[in-house]
Amino acid sequence: MTTRRDVLIGAASLAAGAGLVSVLPVTAAHATPASMDAAIKKVVGSAPLRKGKVTLSLPPLVENGNTVSLEVSVESPMTPDNHVKAIHVFNEKNPLPNVISARLGPRAGLGKLSTRMRLADSQRVMAVAELSDGSFWSDEVDVIVTIAACLEDPG
Amino acid sequence: MARTLINVPKTAKKGEIIAIKTLISHEMETGYRHDNLGKAIPRDIISLFVCTYNGQEIFRAELHPAIAANPFIAFNTVATASGTLEFKWTGDNGFSATEQATITVE
Amino acid sequence: MIKARALPPVTASEVDASLAASHLAPLAGRGRRRRRRVRGILSELSFWMVPLTRSLRSRPLPPCGERLGPRHAPSIAALTTFAAILLTTYLSSPALGAEIPPDERKSGYEFMGRDTRAMQDDDTANPGMLSVLDGETLWNRKAGSASKSCADCHGDASERMKGVAARYPGFDAARGRPVSLEQRINICRAEQQQAPAFAPESKELLALSAYVGRQSRGMPIAVTIDARTRPFLEAGRATFFRRQGQLNFACAQCHDDNWKEKLAGSPITQAHPTGYPIYRLEWQSMGSLQRRLRNCIVGMRVENYPFGAPELVDLELYLMWRARGMPLETPAVRP
Repeated sequence: MTTRRDVLIGAASLAAGAGLVSVLPVTAAHATPASMDAAIKKVVGSAPLRKGKVTLSLPPLVENGNTVSLEVSVESPMTPDNHVKAIHVFNEKNPLPNVISARLGPRAGLGKLSTRMRLADSQRVMAVAELSDGSFWSDEVDVIVTIAACLEDPG
Repeated sequence: MARTLINVPKTAKKGEIIAIKTLISHEMETGYRHDNLGKAIPRDIISLFVCTYNGQEIFRAELHPAIAANPFIAFNTVATASGTLEFKWTGDNGFSATEQATITVE
Repeated sequence: MIKARALPPVTASEVDASLAASHLAPLAGRGRRRRRRVRGILSELSFWMVPLTRSLRSRPLPPCGERLGPRHAPSIAALTTFAAILLTTYLSSPALGAEIPPDERKSGYEFMGRDTRAMQDDDTANPGMLSVLDGETLWNRKAGSASKSCADCHGDASERMKGVAARYPGFDAARGRPVSLEQRINICRAEQQQAPAFAPESKELLALSAYVGRQSRGMPIAVTIDARTRPFLEAGRATFFRRQGQLNFACAQCHDDNWKEKLAGSPITQAHPTGYPIYRLEWQSMGSLQRRLRNCIVGMRVENYPFGAPELVDLELYLMWRARGMPLETPAVRP
């Protein structure tokens, strides 16, 4: 049976290049792995996305999806010739695939970022680091969420 | 102005990497919730955070609704010279908040 | 129109049977959500149900008139054990279980994950501290037609408010009953500052409560129980142990008897109010103990009490007494 979700995934893949996914109405399904890939592609372009250098720390089982501590740490000497230019975090099942995009630089001293995010469902979260030489590195974590964010209305 | 909580070491040695922690009071309303009459609550988030050190930008972050309420952002910088770190948050509905911290670098 | 008809009188045994049936109802598979929610609490019952049904199913029913003999022993044993457990554990009142021994008490902090604990421990990253800072500003701000600030009477909170939050709810002689810290703040607002009281759960009220509470951080909870407050303590205790609402649940059944278990994936804590007002991740904001109690009461399907209701304050008093000696953690972070 073709569900509405299947139709939307199909539509999302088609619309991916044009970045139309983010303007789908709220009553549509959440972001999908396809829309996360599309959002990553917007940042990475045609460059290969390699695994390594990046460590994304998230608790494997989250107590409450409303506030989840996350830390991204990138191995880098952070010199003017070799440093982290940016750190991007993506997710696959929140309403939107982007979480945060931070611009660093040699003055950062460490390729590290800590923040707190919302998780609407058990899902993959991915961190992508852009280095000064134009390479992209990533890490991902699978998180289990029992109490969801974003889609629960205030009581 | 929204309440903020900044943590910057008061003193540091030249070249030392220091940790900066920032916390600001803000609901970060996602735009995906509904009130008890079923009406969608409009999005209202902080979308940009910029930190400058003696006028030079050292850190910038674009925030999306997936960032939790009362956004917490922690990052690092190299202590280059004594002076002022300025933190600026901007967002929906003309939201703007600025905070400063001084540091003495030996 | 439906004509009313007289129902046959109900016998005592039928009442007992229906009571027993109501406790078993959640296990009857009436909806997956309900079964999952009560699984932790009634897992003990289901454990005893299995041998009972098994022994009844695997043995044929005796023909009419056959005397009960040795071959019936397992069924009878299972039935009697089950009935005994049901009667002693779940049908007796008022005590549904023992109170937690003092040295086995744990704060909600100990049930949290490492990251949530880290959020509470770091004053520079604890979202509750934003409220404490707001409270400090309000403490020093002149208000009302008397144009007084809290500081004008109470001075420096870090000295004069030490230990205060740990003693609340406290007896108010004028009102002849205990009042919560939030009520005390509003009484001061109205009587001393001649300013309008803050609304329950308002940002300002929580900020002042958090600021005052913060001055007692690390100090042992120590509400005063004497001839004046004892009747209110007993009323609060009675509420804690009373079965209430559509699920016929008492607070004690979760928080005294089943705090080692989980409910819908989250740990059931012992319900010690060790850090109020708290920054609750679920609320994404600060909230008082009464807000938390009202949430629980909704979950128990009990008719709720309004903010400031005497039942809630009595329950607060009991819970703080139950947590006596445990250190206050205000402003705590809870999931």
